[in-house]
Amino acid sequence: MSCEKISSALMAYLDGRASTQERSIAEAHLKVCAACQERAEEFGRLWQVMADVPTVEPSVAFDARVRERIAAAPRPKFWAWMMPAPRFAVSVALLVILSIWVGGRQPRSVNPQIATANSEEQFRMIKNLGVLENYDVLSNFDALSDLPASSEPQQAPLQSPQENLHQNNDSGSGSGA
Amino acid sequence: MARSDVQLMLDVKAGDELSFELLLHRYRTPLVNFLCRMVKDQAAAEDLAQEVFFRVYRARKEYSPSAKFTTWLFRIATNLALNAIRDGRYRQMQISIDATGEEDESAFQLPAREARADDRLIERERNQMIRGAILTLPEKQRAAVVLHKYHDMDYAEIGKILGCSESALKSLLFRAYETLRVQLVLLVARPATQSAGEGKRHEL
Repeated sequence: MSCEKISSALMAYLDGRASTQERSIAEAHLKVCAACQERAEEFGRLWQVMADVPTVEPSVAFDARVRERIAAAPRPKFWAWMMPAPRFAVSVALLVILSIWVGGRQPRSVNPQIATANSEEQFRMIKNLGVLENYDVLSNFDALSDLPASSEPQQAPLQSPQENLHQNNDSGSGSGA
Repeated sequence: MARSDVQLMLDVKAGDELSFELLLHRYRTPLVNFLCRMVKDQAAAEDLAQEVFFRVYRARKEYSPSAKFTTWLFRIATNLALNAIRDGRYRQMQISIDATGEEDESAFQLPAREARADDRLIERERNQMIRGAILTLPEKQRAAVVLHKYHDMDYAEIGKILGCSESALKSLLFRAYETLRVQLVLLVARPATQSAGEGKRHEL
């Protein structure tokens, strides 16, 4: 096995923190690899010289500067808890704008007065459904087209079916009574 | 009995300023040394360490003891150091491999009479050589080596700080120490084989 492939196990072994499996892998490799034997010795010496490097002490004013740094930071305002995080605020704002935009694209609501008028007309139509059926028959009645032209041509075609309707209605209700 | 780090931090969270002072006193030297080995310059390291403590204080209200305090502390420090190095703020403070080699090699060629008179100078030069070699490592390898060698952290904790698996960390450390072994051959090679050491060195 190459040195590169067992570098993880070899590191843990040389460091004295190897698991049982890592130890057996590393020991088997070290028996046959002269380069890693030399490496193991030199790692030991390397760690020794590294340990000899002294530590540095923080400057005398270090603690005071930390306190200054903390004191210089702006204090959160008492209403800060009410302020949402910037990302959240932007998301909410975008959502509101999107809602308004989508709402503006919906078909406009029907004027209540027009709606009332329409519903009254529909009610009347339903109430007079029987008459309307007759109206259909009358409007398609070929005999009407054969009538002679009236002296008032604009009113005649409109009034004739209406009058007929009323007549039929009256007769219908009369027969019912 | 001394309070644990976690207990101190929970006390800071509850508003006890004195506990923060205790944490500051406990970790200022390790932090400054860690950052000093990351960015070389002590003044820069102290600036970063102050920022670390400030961030710890600022985050006290949100603190929850889900991990070791040192893991959290050194994670903040590592991120700050890596960002600072990548931003180039401390790049001018780092020394090149060649410059380090030339400068430090001369220290080991001192005549015997000067060496006797100037042991402290040699020791200082040797320490600079080691620090310089560590500074030439890639940032992540450098952080791993410093945490492993100088802060005696286990693989699991270093892995959490650096955000890598234990196996990946061991390989990373192995490569880093291998680089240092080559860099510091004058210090680590056996004296008898030192002259021929370069020729015998095996590359991975």
